[in-house]
Amino acid sequence: MSLTSLAPAVAEIWMVFAICAVLLTDVFAGERRRGLTPTLTLLALALGAALTVQYGQVSGRMVLFDGMFVADELGWALKLAGFLIVAVALLYSRAYLENRAILRGEYYVLSLTALLGIFVLVSANSLLTLYLGVELLALSVYSMVAFDRESGVAAESAMKYFVLGAIASGALLYGMSLIYGLTGTLDLGEIAARLHGPASLGLILGLTFIVVAVAFKLGAVPFHMWLPDVYEGAPTSVTLFISTAPKIAYFALALRLLAYGLQGAVAEWSQMLGVLAVLTLVVGNVVAIVQTNLKRMLAYSAIANVGFIVLGFVAGTPEGYSAALYYTLVYVLVTLGSFGVILLAGRKGFEADRLDDYRGLYQRDPLLALAMMVLMFSTAGVPPFVGFWAKLRIFQVLWESGHLWLVVIAAAMSVVGAFYYLRVIKLMYFDPPAQALPPTVRAPAVRFALGLNALAVLVLGLLPGPLLDLCARLIH
Amino acid sequence: MPHLLSILIWLPIVAGLAVLALGERRIAAGRWLSLGASLVTLALTVPLWSAFDTGTAALQFVEKLAWIPRFQAYYALGVDGISLPLIVLTAFMTVPVVIAAWTVIVARPAQYYAAFLIMEGLMIGVFSASDALLFYFFWEAMLIPMFLIIGIWGGPRRVYATIKFFLYTFLGSVFMLAALIYMYVKAGDYSIASMQALPLTLVEQRWIFLAFLLAFAVKVPMFPVHTWLPDAHVEAPTGGSVILAAIMLKMGGYGFLRFSLPVTPDASRELDLLVIALSLVAVIYIGFVALVQQDMKKLIAYSSIAHMGFVTLGAFVIYEIVRSTGSSHGAGMGLDGAMVQMISHGLISGALFLCVGVLYDRVHSRLIADYGGVVNTMPVFATFMVLFALANTGLPGTSGFVGEFLVIIASFRASFWYAALAALTLILGACYTLWLVKRVVFGAVANPKVAALEDLNPRELVVLGALAVAVLAVGIWPAPLLKVMQPTIHHLLSQAIATKL
Repeated sequence: MSLTSLAPAVAEIWMVFAICAVLLTDVFAGERRRGLTPTLTLLALALGAALTVQYGQVSGRMVLFDGMFVADELGWALKLAGFLIVAVALLYSRAYLENRAILRGEYYVLSLTALLGIFVLVSANSLLTLYLGVELLALSVYSMVAFDRESGVAAESAMKYFVLGAIASGALLYGMSLIYGLTGTLDLGEIAARLHGPASLGLILGLTFIVVAVAFKLGAVPFHMWLPDVYEGAPTSVTLFISTAPKIAYFALALRLLAYGLQGAVAEWSQMLGVLAVLTLVVGNVVAIVQTNLKRMLAYSAIANVGFIVLGFVAGTPEGYSAALYYTLVYVLVTLGSFGVILLAGRKGFEADRLDDYRGLYQRDPLLALAMMVLMFSTAGVPPFVGFWAKLRIFQVLWESGHLWLVVIAAAMSVVGAFYYLRVIKLMYFDPPAQALPPTVRAPAVRFALGLNALAVLVLGLLPGPLLDLCARLIH
Repeated sequence: MPHLLSILIWLPIVAGLAVLALGERRIAAGRWLSLGASLVTLALTVPLWSAFDTGTAALQFVEKLAWIPRFQAYYALGVDGISLPLIVLTAFMTVPVVIAAWTVIVARPAQYYAAFLIMEGLMIGVFSASDALLFYFFWEAMLIPMFLIIGIWGGPRRVYATIKFFLYTFLGSVFMLAALIYMYVKAGDYSIASMQALPLTLVEQRWIFLAFLLAFAVKVPMFPVHTWLPDAHVEAPTGGSVILAAIMLKMGGYGFLRFSLPVTPDASRELDLLVIALSLVAVIYIGFVALVQQDMKKLIAYSSIAHMGFVTLGAFVIYEIVRSTGSSHGAGMGLDGAMVQMISHGLISGALFLCVGVLYDRVHSRLIADYGGVVNTMPVFATFMVLFALANTGLPGTSGFVGEFLVIIASFRASFWYAALAALTLILGACYTLWLVKRVVFGAVANPKVAALEDLNPRELVVLGALAVAVLAVGIWPAPLLKVMQPTIHHLLSQAIATKL
């Protein structure tokens, strides 16, 4: 194996180096030069992205490392998206971490290992690699949730997350073992080739476990219980992290495992996902209405949005997967911004996580309120913002695959959803500020990035063509 | 002038953003910029009107750019005889809104102007889009500024009203979107023309018709989904009420003419009695409801629902005409009436809301009981108010007469009873409007507040004067308006009574 043949894995290789470098630098820089690690991490991410653009691109599909690793355009694009998302998330988080005195090197190292896990998952071509990616990502994220060790709530939610996550991993592993037993291979391509004809009972059993695990990771009802608690309990910067970058990974998990490896059983799993999607849409949207905590409300909104992503898979066609990919990317873009606003709105001792904390935000900080309004209208699916196209695309593939009732339910639920997004806008714009609150954070660079984020939501909404085309091309 | 429609859409939007950028501190400049932009937009409708070829039903001033190639969706614009008058109405009504706000809006005025200018552009976009996706894009985007206008500058219950408004309209439009996507999947592109040409079975048409009905009935609004309107009107600031009544309600009527009749003609024929019945309920029942209102704005809001009942009646009575007479002769009159009624109601209801705004700015009450004898202190205002009230009752010589008269004649051709029931509005409308005038304008001076009233200032005089001229012009000489619409109405009628099966 020559050095050039490793080029498609440049992102992963670079990440391993970067993690070591950041870890060591942090140890030697010590307490005095706190600012070094964040800067270095951002630099490493930028460089990694540049290397991936330069060397990581492949034409067509390449399988490396004895079939463990696949390099294709989808993986390449998702890795670039991963670099960008993590960089933005860390940029937004810095002031927050500094304020609460939890700006430590480990936070950045854990973010990078999580990102490495995402990369492994995105490029997995074997059940083992998939599992490796899932665990690497999950373990990093569990520790990030518990990162603020002074906070009891955070520790509690990390524990919950860990225990439930372990059960889900167990389910995943068990399902994989059944599939392995039936097909005699770990290679996803081989599995796809060997599964044909009517599904056996064993396959359905294995499939069920796998679907449960995927649903757990995505946060689909009824496997969503961990999500609101973790979103609410974790430090907001961690909530921002886990609500964005891992979504891409779990999209890839569903795509590689279900849509590619188990494509022979598409009729079976799409039915299971259909039931999950309906439950997810209904529970997510309805329960979000009664929340009083913004982070928890956004958690239920995340569940509701996962319902739409799952609907893309229910269609069971490449068009459907590309709609799900588009929805995922759009969702991540919007979520980055919404949690970014929460990060900027709070101070030490004032987390700005209750809905009431947003009363009259417009008068305290017009820019923040404007950005949040754009993001909320976008998630509600109102044009001219990009969230509209994501929903439209899902409706379209559902019609194309003939799922009339799912269209009706999804349409009705998006109206229910609109209500609680509007409520946030109402609080910010129509209500006077309730009491004297500490001023919002003035970090010019972060504000600028947040403004760009909101602007991207508008521009991609006015001209949705390129991103739609890209998503369709990535899935073929 | 090339790209005239694009300019009409984007000029107000860009101006609105500029006003926003100028900010609250340079609001004096922002005001003049808003006024200038709305006047220029209005001026630009003059070449649109004069260069419009009244000999054809085809779309004119067509623009077409690739927008989303994947969906075969285009940035495609064009006007015909139905959309042209509504675009002119939109441009015309925005000017008084801007002027009326001049000194009245003190909280965040820059955003107020920006919201109205952006909304003007979006509304013109709705009327000129010839691609269904673009149409929907504008249609929904328009909700955002209106939501903010009612929510920020509205009355005490503004939050309830604006959320109700948003959710009602959103609910209706989501199902319309589902129907549009369904047709896109069948037709392969989003152009409205190909949807009109798309063959559909009766079952498909029925469902699509109902989805459209939900969207448009909420907007018009028709009984029983009208309940958001009185709330929204009462709580909205004057400008918001004017735009809501004058333009946004027309979008429902426009939707029926642009989508329901030509896209689902067979379902429209089958379900026409449903629409006619709901229209007559609106005309009569809502007329009675208007009688008992204590609040001037609410009264005018209910009167709007009753008057919009004529629009839907005129649009759907054509099927009954064909059914009872066996020919489409005279059916065009129903559609003509519906269109004229929309324009006329836009002018009259807008004017009445401005009148209420004039009183509200001075007394800060919308309750009828707080007024009485206004004519003694505000004779000029009273003249205008009486004129608009009479126009609202359908007095010959005003625009209100033309539309109602055409619709009643058309209904008569279909059945005596439709006409008789619809004509009840002439009595009911006179009752609630004139009784309102009697209680507010005439009589002895009721209280010290009324005694202290000052008559119209020049700004208000210009606004109401312009509207009065328009109301009278359409009433006395409706021929140019009818002439512009004629070929399109004719074409629409042939589409609506042809079968797709």
